[in-house]
Amino acid sequence: MPMRNIKTWHFNGGLHLEEFKEISTQEPVEPAPIPRRLILPLHQHIGEQAEPIVEIGDKVLKGQQIARATGYVSLPVHASSSGTVVDINDYHVPHPSGLKAPCIVIDTDSEDQWIKREPVNYQAFNPSQLRNIIREAGIAGLGGAGFPSFIKMNPGINQSIDTLILNGAECEPYITCDDMLMRERPHDIIAGLKIIRHALNASRVLIGIEDNKPEAIKALREATSDEENVDVVAIPSLYPAGGEKQIIKVLTGKEVPSNGLPPDIGVVCHNVATAVAVYRAVDIGEPLISRYVTVTGSGITRPRNLDVRFGTPMDELIVYCGGHVDNIDQIVMGGPMMGFTLMTPDAPIIKTTNCILANKDALPEQPAMPCIRCGDCAAACPVNLLPQQIYWHARAREFDRIQDYNLFDCIECGCCAYVCPSHIPLVQYYRFAKTTIWQQERDKKKSDIARQRHEFRLERLERDKQERAERHRRKREALANKASGKAGSSGDIGNDEKKKAIMAALERVSAKKTEKKTWPKNIDSLTPEQLKLIKEVDERRARAKQKRIEAINSDSAPETVEK
Amino acid sequence: MPLITATSPYISPSGSVTRVMLQVLLALVPGIFAVIWFFGWGVIVNMTIAITTALVFEAIMLKLRHRPVTRYLTDGSAIVTAVLLALAIPSLAPWWVVFIGTAFAIVFGKQLFGGLGYNPFNPAMLGYALLLISFPREMTVWVLPHGLHQETLGFLDTVTIILGEQVPAHLNMDALTSATPLDTVKTQIGLKQTLDEIYSASLFGVLAGKGWEWINAWFLVGGMWLLYKRIISWHIPFALLGGMFAIALVFYLVDSDAYPSPVFHWFSGAAMLGAFFIATDPISACTTNKGRLIFGAGIGILTYIIRSWGGYPDGIAFAVLLMNMAAPTIDHYTQPRVFGHSKDEHT
Amino acid sequence: MLAAIITLTVLATVFGLVLGYAAVRFRVDSDPVVDKIDAILPQTQCGQCSYPGCRPYAEAIASGEAEINQCPPGGQAGIIALAELLGRDPLPLNPENGVEVQEDRVAVINEELCIGCTLCIQACPVDAILGASKQMHTVIEAECTGCELCLPPCPVECIDMVPLKEEIATWKWPAPEERPEEQLEEKLVSNAYEKY
Repeated sequence: MPMRNIKTWHFNGGLHLEEFKEISTQEPVEPAPIPRRLILPLHQHIGEQAEPIVEIGDKVLKGQQIARATGYVSLPVHASSSGTVVDINDYHVPHPSGLKAPCIVIDTDSEDQWIKREPVNYQAFNPSQLRNIIREAGIAGLGGAGFPSFIKMNPGINQSIDTLILNGAECEPYITCDDMLMRERPHDIIAGLKIIRHALNASRVLIGIEDNKPEAIKALREATSDEENVDVVAIPSLYPAGGEKQIIKVLTGKEVPSNGLPPDIGVVCHNVATAVAVYRAVDIGEPLISRYVTVTGSGITRPRNLDVRFGTPMDELIVYCGGHVDNIDQIVMGGPMMGFTLMTPDAPIIKTTNCILANKDALPEQPAMPCIRCGDCAAACPVNLLPQQIYWHARAREFDRIQDYNLFDCIECGCCAYVCPSHIPLVQYYRFAKTTIWQQERDKKKSDIARQRHEFRLERLERDKQERAERHRRKREALANKASGKAGSSGDIGNDEKKKAIMAALERVSAKKTEKKTWPKNIDSLTPEQLKLIKEVDERRARAKQKRIEAINSDSAPETVEK
Repeated sequence: MPLITATSPYISPSGSVTRVMLQVLLALVPGIFAVIWFFGWGVIVNMTIAITTALVFEAIMLKLRHRPVTRYLTDGSAIVTAVLLALAIPSLAPWWVVFIGTAFAIVFGKQLFGGLGYNPFNPAMLGYALLLISFPREMTVWVLPHGLHQETLGFLDTVTIILGEQVPAHLNMDALTSATPLDTVKTQIGLKQTLDEIYSASLFGVLAGKGWEWINAWFLVGGMWLLYKRIISWHIPFALLGGMFAIALVFYLVDSDAYPSPVFHWFSGAAMLGAFFIATDPISACTTNKGRLIFGAGIGILTYIIRSWGGYPDGIAFAVLLMNMAAPTIDHYTQPRVFGHSKDEHT
Repeated sequence: MLAAIITLTVLATVFGLVLGYAAVRFRVDSDPVVDKIDAILPQTQCGQCSYPGCRPYAEAIASGEAEINQCPPGGQAGIIALAELLGRDPLPLNPENGVEVQEDRVAVINEELCIGCTLCIQACPVDAILGASKQMHTVIEAECTGCELCLPPCPVECIDMVPLKEEIATWKWPAPEERPEEQLEEKLVSNAYEKY
C-alpha cells in the first residue's frame, strides 16, 4: 500500500533534548541471564495489589500464576522462571521512597520450564473474552505507567473507538528499548495490533514513531505494507511527544479533556511493547514475564538493551553490562527527565522498568536560586500550565489556591525544571503538592468518619439515658398506680396483687441463682487438649504480665504496627 | 555503598541566571560604544561608579539579611541594574547622582523587597525616577553630541568634572551642554514652532536627534541579539514599539507639524533601550505571553503620552513603573488555555 | 445650604433603604461558622483543648470563649487554617494544651493482659474499641484517632500507643530542600515564637 501522507499537529511547548540514544543501540537485544533469585513484587501496576496464591515451599513453573488480581483494577503476577518459592515477605522495591513492599521470592532451578501454554485464535473470541485472556496474562502498559491494559481494550458502553494509536515515540533521552523492539520484532507488533484492534473494533490504526528512529520506521512500514488502514507516522522528535495526551494530539489533532479519558474522543493508545505482550498472550499463550530494558549510563561500559525477566535484581544487570556496582554513584529507574533515583542497587526489574541509568558521576547538585519570573517554564510546558504560579503556591503551602492552576493536569515531564535558569526543582514541588493534597483528602475523609462515629456515640448514649429514664418513669408510675389502687379498692385484692408481685420477683431471683448453679462452668465439659490449651494461655498471661512489669521498669519501646 | 538520591532532571540543565545576565551585558556593548563615541567618556566613569556602588551595597544588604553573599553577588543582576542606570543618566552628571541613584535602586528597589526575584518594580527605573524628581537640574544637563561642540573632552577632564564637580578652566559648560532632542522638541512646540523648523537645528540628524539615533540603532542591534539568543521573547519589545508607533502615527497623521513622526519616537531618548533591556526585565514584567503584549503596549503608549503632554521629556521610566504596578493583574487575566480545558474556564 | 442638607439626607435615606432591602432580599445562606470551624478540626475528640470534644471547642471558638491555638492534633497547619477562616492572627500552639506529635499513632491492646473490664470501651469517643464485658477487647485500627483517652482508665495498663508504619501507598514526596536562607528564616520565626 503506498504511503499516505498523514497530517500531524503539534502541541505547545516541549523541548529539543540531547538524546544519548546511539550508545545503547549498537548491539542487538539478547536475553539477560536468569538470576539465581527472583524477587517479584505483588504491586507492579496501577491499582490494587495482587494476592499470593502460592505458599513457601511450593514448586512453580515458568509462567505460572503466583498471585491473583484483587478487584477490577488489578493484575495477577506470574513466575518469571521455574523454581521454588522461598519467601513471601517485604523486600526493597523500585520506588522513590526506598520503602519495602510485599514480594514473592523464587529460587530458580536452571530448568526454566514453561507451564502448559494454550494459544487461541483471537478471531474466534469476542472482545470480552479476549480482555479476560489479556488480564489473566498480567499485561500492564509497558510504556512506564503500568496501567492494566485490559481496561484500555474496552470500548465502553456508549463509546465507539475510531482510532487505535500505538505509541512508538520513546521521546526521553537514553531510552531505546521500544526502538530496538520495533527494529527487531515488527511483525510481533503487527500481530498484537490486530488483536487489540479486534477487541476495540477500531476502524484505523496509527503507529506514531519519532523521526529520530529511521530504522524502526522503515521496519514497521515494511511490515504494514499489506495492511489496510494501518499507517506508520513519523512525528517530530520533541520531548515529550511520547506522552499519551501529547501523541494523541499530534496524530489526531484532538485534545483529551482534562477530566476525561482518550475513549471519550474515540481514541485508545497503547505502547508498542504492550502490543507484543498481547500477541504473545493470545497467539502463543504466554503470560507477561519479561520485557526489554535499556541498561545505560556513564557507569556502564557495555550499554545496550536486554530482554529481562521480571524480578531480576538491577545490580546483576549492571554487572552483566560491564559496570562495577561499587563505582556506581546513582541509579535512576526510567529516563533522565521522568525517572527517580533508587536507594538500593538490588531492587528488582518490574513491569514498569523501561530503563536503568547507572551513573558513575552523579551531576553535582545545583543550589536553587530565586525564581526570576522569566516565564521559560510556561513556554516549555506541553500542557500549557503556568509552572511558576504552581511553584509559588506550593512553596507557600497554599494547597487550595494551587488547584486553581490545574496542578493535577501536570504530567511531571520535567520540561519546566530543565529550562529553569535558577535550577529550581520544580517537578519535586509539584509531586510534593500532589501527594500532600492526597494526604489531606485522606485525612479529611478519616476525620469525617470520626465525627460521624462520635456523633452517633453521643446519640447512642443519649438514647440509652432516655430509655433508662423512660423505664424508671414507667416503673414509678406502675408503683404509684398500685399504691393509689390499693388505697382506692379493697385492701385484700391490693394485698394479693402486691403479694403476687413480690412472689414473682422472689421466684425470678431464685431462678437466676439456680440458673447460675446449673450453668456449666467453662471447664466442665472440655477435652484434655482444651484444658491443656487453657493452662498454656494462663501461663502465657502470667509470663506476659511479668514481661510487662519488666518492660515498664526498663522502658523499652513497643514495635510498630502496619497502617 | 549508599546511592546518591536526587530529584529529576538528571541531565545538565541548559542555562543559569548568570548566563542570562552576561548575555544582556554583551548585548549592551554596541550601544555603550555608540554612547562613548557621541557623548564622551562620561558614561564609562558613571558605569564604574555605578557598578562599584551596586556591588558594595548589595554585599552590605546581603550580609545584613544573612544571605549567602558570593552566590548572589556573582549572578550579575546588580551589575545589569547599575549599567542600565548609568546609561540613563547624563554623562557629565556629578558622581553623587550616580551613587545615590544606584544605592537607592539596589537597597530600596531590590534588596528590601527580598532580593533577586522579588522586586515588583524595575530597580534601575526606580533609581532613575528618584533622581529625576530629586535632582531635576543635574538630570537634564546633557552633553552635546560629538561633532557639535567645539572642544572634545578628554578622559581626565571628564573625570574631573564628574568627580570634582569642577569644570576645568579651558572648558565652558554652556558650550558643552544642551537639552536633548526630545526636550527641545517639547519646549519648541510649546513655543509654537513647527517641527520642520525645529528639525532644521543642528541638533537633529536624519531620523531623530543626532547621535541619539545611532545610539538607539545600536541598542536595537543588541536587542536583536537577545532575541536570537532567546534570552528575551519578542512580545514585550514588539508590543512596546508597536504601541508607540500606533499612537504616534495617529497623532502624526492628524497634525504632522505638531507631532513628531513615529520613527522619530522610536529613535529618540531611551526607546530602544527601554524596549529591549528595561521593559524586558523578567522579574517586574508580565509572565504570560498575552500579558506581555498588553504590558509592552501599555509602556509604549504611556511613554508617548508623557513625552507629548507630560511634564518630562522622556517617559520610559515612569511608563515602566506604572505598568510594573499593573503587571500582576494583567497576568491574572491573561492565563493561557490549559491543554484539555475549554477556553472559557478561567479562575 | 438648606437645599444641600435636604438633598444629602434624602439621598442617604434612599440608599440606606435600598441597601437594607438588598441585604434581606439577596441574602446568601452560608454554613454557620461553627460548622466551618468544626470542618477544620481533626475530630480526634481527645479533649486536649480542655473541651469535651471537637464540636464544643468549635462552638467555644465561635463564641470567642476559646483561642484558636488549643488543638495539638490539628497542629500549626490547623491553627493557620482557622486563622484564615476567621480573619484572626495565627498564634503558635499553646504548650499548655499539649505538643504537636509528628507521626500518626494508634492504640493497640495487648490481648494477653486484657481483663475485659470495658472501661476503655466506655472512654473511646468514636467507639473504636470492640468488645464486651469479660470478652476480649480490641481496637479497630482504622477507626482509632490516636486521642489516648483509653489509656488512663485501663486498670492493667495493657494499651500502648504505637506509630503507624510508612507504606508506599501513603508515602508523601518530601518538600524540596529549602534554600539555606529559608531555613534561616524559619529559625528567626521560631525564635520569635519562643517568647510565648
